Amino acid sequence: MTGTLPAFPGVRAERCPFDPPPAIQALQKEGPLTRVRLWDGSTPWLVTTHAEQRALLGHPQVSADVTRPGYPLSAPRLNGSLSFILMDDPEHARQRRMVQAAFTVRRVEGMRPAVQRIVDRLIDDLLAGPKPVDLVEAFALPVPSLVICELLGVPYADHDFFQDHSRILIRRVTPPEERAAAGGRLLDYLDRLVGDKLEHPGDDLLSKVAERVRAGELTREQAAQMGVLLLVAGHETTANMIALGTLALLQHPDQLAVLCGSDDPKVVAGAVEELLRYLNITHGGRRRVAKADIEIAGQVIRAGEGIILANDVGNRDPEVFPHPDELDLGRDARRHVAFGFGVHQCLGQPLARLELQVVYGTLYRRIPTLALAAGLEQIPFKHDGQVYGVYELPVTW
Amino acid sequence: MKVTVDEDKCCGAGQCVLLAPEVFDQREEDGIVLLLEAEPGEGQHALVREAAAVCPAGAIEVAG
Repeated sequence: MTGTLPAFPGVRAERCPFDPPPAIQALQKEGPLTRVRLWDGSTPWLVTTHAEQRALLGHPQVSADVTRPGYPLSAPRLNGSLSFILMDDPEHARQRRMVQAAFTVRRVEGMRPAVQRIVDRLIDDLLAGPKPVDLVEAFALPVPSLVICELLGVPYADHDFFQDHSRILIRRVTPPEERAAAGGRLLDYLDRLVGDKLEHPGDDLLSKVAERVRAGELTREQAAQMGVLLLVAGHETTANMIALGTLALLQHPDQLAVLCGSDDPKVVAGAVEELLRYLNITHGGRRRVAKADIEIAGQVIRAGEGIILANDVGNRDPEVFPHPDELDLGRDARRHVAFGFGVHQCLGQPLARLELQVVYGTLYRRIPTLALAAGLEQIPFKHDGQVYGVYELPVTW
Repeated sequence: MKVTVDEDKCCGAGQCVLLAPEVFDQREEDGIVLLLEAEPGEGQHALVREAAAVCPAGAIEVAG
């Protein structure tokens, strides 16, 4: 029986790089919950429908604790400390609330002029430089890296180091020992920075985290771990949304025209939500394990069974999003689950939204002739990444 | 319409503030929801219902 279960994650169709793997998307038609087979032979539940994904991600008996038996791992688990996204409340809430203030809607909105300046300057540099150019290296990575460095108090001069190590850390195919080494070096780096902030506190988020160490509320290692989480999540995800979003728009000129032709912030904000829904770059799904038996959609998930919420497929649920496989910047996509759902929903989402609104609202208006400088078949996609995207995006204008 | 919020459930995602900033805000110190208007006017009802629907933590209750 196990041998016949579909493998997860699946393989995307070559000609449809923006769509979830067909074999996985097809499971949605079989019902909200089906079984899949993972790399380690385990057979957790895969949840493919929007309503059931939200119900389970908000369920009190569904755990995000990666150390619980039955948790569906995406790769061999490394020993060592964990960031709070892999914990349950109350410890998860305690740690999350320590950094949440930096990401309130109001606080983040206050960063809009600074983010706009960063984006404008990078586009100036782009236009003054040679072409074609790799948009990932020249624009998609620097935007969120500069922003998160400023917010955290991490020196941007170190960007080659933390970008390279982040990339190794989140590649699904990285051998465990290499992943451990990269994670260890990032942790050491953040630990040194926390040490600096303890001695010379500044007006940045890492200094606030260091204060919690001084107050005895966090260990030094927990603080460094939190720094790694914020730094990696803060640049990788948004960078991929910028580059992959640009590629998707270049492949859908009618939709790109919507952004080129409007300076209405509501149009741009709506476009961001739709691109988040359509691209859903966290394509490994949200991973959980049942703490008790749970009845849902006519099935029983037994205590100790793994659950994967395939949010990329949930965002293509026709019950919620008519013609879900179409990119339609005019639709109301706000109920997407690209940031997850439940108490673990993305902490940095206001910042991600702001950065994407500024980028999508500026780049194509300033460079209306932006074009791909290679065939789609030559673009290296991150099929092997925990976060989907492109490794390179050669563009010209 | 009567709105109540559960601060203990709130995870500070800020979706409610994005949708209905006249009804919801977030505490400066930890990002937890602040209810500005427990009985919002009719013009806000649709947005408040949407805010309750998208709240990831189920921290917003709407009656009436």
